Amino acid sequence: MGHDTAEWVFVAIVIAVLCYVGVDSWMIQKEVEDVPADAEIIKVTGQQWYWSFEHPNGTKEVNTLHLKVNHAYKFEIYSRDVMHSFNIPDWVVFEDAVPGHTNHAWFAPNEVGTYPIQCREYCGLLHYNMRGSLVVEPNT
Amino acid sequence: MVLELQKPRPVWQIMFSTHHTDVGYLYLVFGITFLFMGGVLAMIIRTHLFFPGQNVLVSDSATFNRIFTVHGLTMLFLFALPVANGIGNILVPIMVRYKDMAYPKLNAIAFWMNPVGAALLWLGFADTTWVSYAPYSIIRAPGPAADMFIFGMKILGISSILSSINFVVTVLKCKHPDLPLRRVPLFAWSMLTVSLMTIVAMPTYAAALIMMLTDRLGLSGFFNPFAGGDPIAYLHLFWFTFHPEVYIFLLPAIGMMYEIIPRFSRKPLYSQASGVFAFVMLGIIGFASWGHHMYSTGMDFTTKVVFMIGTLAAVPASGMHVFNFLATMWGGRIRFAAPMKFAVGGIALFFSAGAGGVLNSAMPLDFISHGTYWVVGHMHLFLIGTIGFGFVAMIYYMFPYVTGRMYNEKWASAHFVLMFWGTVQTFFTQHLLGLEGMPRRVYDYPTDFTSWTQLNQISTVGAWLIGASFVIFLASLIYYSAKGKPANMDDPWGIGGKYYYPVSAKNPHGGHSGY
Ligand code: HEM
Ligand SMILES: [Cu+2]
Ligand SMILES: [Cu+2]
Repeated sequence: MGHDTAEWVFVAIVIAVLCYVGVDSWMIQKEVEDVPADAEIIKVTGQQWYWSFEHPNGTKEVNTLHLKVNHAYKFEIYSRDVMHSFNIPDWVVFEDAVPGHTNHAWFAPNEVGTYPIQCREYCGLLHYNMRGSLVVEPNT
Repeated sequence: MVLELQKPRPVWQIMFSTHHTDVGYLYLVFGITFLFMGGVLAMIIRTHLFFPGQNVLVSDSATFNRIFTVHGLTMLFLFALPVANGIGNILVPIMVRYKDMAYPKLNAIAFWMNPVGAALLWLGFADTTWVSYAPYSIIRAPGPAADMFIFGMKILGISSILSSINFVVTVLKCKHPDLPLRRVPLFAWSMLTVSLMTIVAMPTYAAALIMMLTDRLGLSGFFNPFAGGDPIAYLHLFWFTFHPEVYIFLLPAIGMMYEIIPRFSRKPLYSQASGVFAFVMLGIIGFASWGHHMYSTGMDFTTKVVFMIGTLAAVPASGMHVFNFLATMWGGRIRFAAPMKFAVGGIALFFSAGAGGVLNSAMPLDFISHGTYWVVGHMHLFLIGTIGFGFVAMIYYMFPYVTGRMYNEKWASAHFVLMFWGTVQTFFTQHLLGLEGMPRRVYDYPTDFTSWTQLNQISTVGAWLIGASFVIFLASLIYYSAKGKPANMDDPWGIGGKYYYPVSAKNPHGGHSGY
């Protein structure tokens, strides 16, 4: 093969792979961001160094969040002080809590259990310990 | 240019010199010193994380946060940039066939700003993280550490702009008229590219630092949401500078590999034009992707897509370098001496790091990796795996030219095996930790997930191997520059071929090395 042909083939393959990655991400992300209309809104507030939650009926919880299985939830995420990042790794829920902004994330847990909640953006002294848990309860 | 180890000069003569090789040595000594200082911090971090729930080595998170902040700042700004500048200072004027850098005094001034910046960073020992996101850095980070960090970075930024101006003028204006720009060796091209990028990118961060300072003083509220500002603005300004800056860290190492690979493959470079094209492409497209650090800040869908496309568009340029290296080695009579071992190892790690980067830039996957140990693994595969390996390769390569003596190939092999093994073990493992959800920048982690403890311990052992490899490196640099066998200066590795540098360079004082 000629000098240049080999390189062009190589570059074409790389570009093809990148196009695949790009298009696939586009489609998945589109789907991921499509919030179901009946999602219940949970307000999440991060502050140094704990999470507080507010249910639509006004119930408040700190660090432990109780939700029902097979139900869609939309989180409205705030911060009272510095940046944090609200994260439930097992359900790939992840969005920054930025003071002055309201960010969103949603999910619909389909398995009962207890899952860790954590902060994934550096927020100072006890960032490492800004942990909570999510309890997904059976629908009664 | 054989170093003064054989014909010693008083140290002050080198310190006050403005000659490019002397300034280059100063940069190298400075950079390598801080490599070890930053390395000690890294060993402390990793050793601490070997023992979850215990206070081994560091007994409070405040100190731990300061340690990883200063570790990052040191490795990026006091090791990676100075070493690239040092080797650039020594080689670029020779490669473009000019007697010195374009502005020798400016060159010395730019160097001497580095110790000042370094002193501010180390004496302040801030806890802002190297990215120092607002509003933490404004409303919570304790002074005077954070203020010293701001001034230190300011000084280092100015220094890097000054030295970049110098490189640009040296290459573009002082190059020998018989030497067309496209024939300029690729290492000099890499320095030209990163210098132009620095001049475009760095002023934005310089402005952001001043805004951060006035915000901290309460005079303004640019990034302070409690004074009407917006922290997201800081993230944009920061990453507009620092995504291009990651290529500024990277490209000199790639340029060094371009010096080494053809020589030790005993073949001409596959394509000079492709190398030049890839540098210039990356230099331009590198400015279109900074938002990939901010997907989770609440960016809307379209903006995310735009930045994802910008990020992916920069990847073929990196791929072209890998192709160029492999095509050069293909069918060559390769001599795996230390410089070649490190260069080839670096290319392998470069490839895996790039593949991981592509996964980061895919939006949905970034929501899994962002803010976790995955990102730590990703950047270190570049920073140690590619830049570290490239620099080490080049230091072994220049060793006989600089000292007139030969390093010991056996010890260099031991260094290579330990460092390669250690890098794979430490940072591939950190990718897995990230997938398991472990956040980065944490002082401690719960022991309820056994995989976190195990993976952390594997990663720490890898880090110890890297540490050990660098002890070997330092010891052999010192020992063999004094006691090594005299090198055959025409052809230290017995691979034939002519070297146009640095053997023909002159010493500024008392002259000629004799070769
Ligand atoms: C193929 C080329 C590359 C791609 C596609 C890429 C992609 C990315 C992406 C998407 C992120 C964001 C990850 C996150 O925080 O969620 C990232 C982070 C990072 N990358 Fe790269 N990258 C590439 C090359 C490099 C190079 C060459 C370097 C350094 C020499 C580098 C250093 C970093 C650093 C330091 C971070 C983390 C910054 C921080 O948050 O502290 N990357 N990269
Ligand atoms: Cu946090
Ligand atoms: Cu980036």
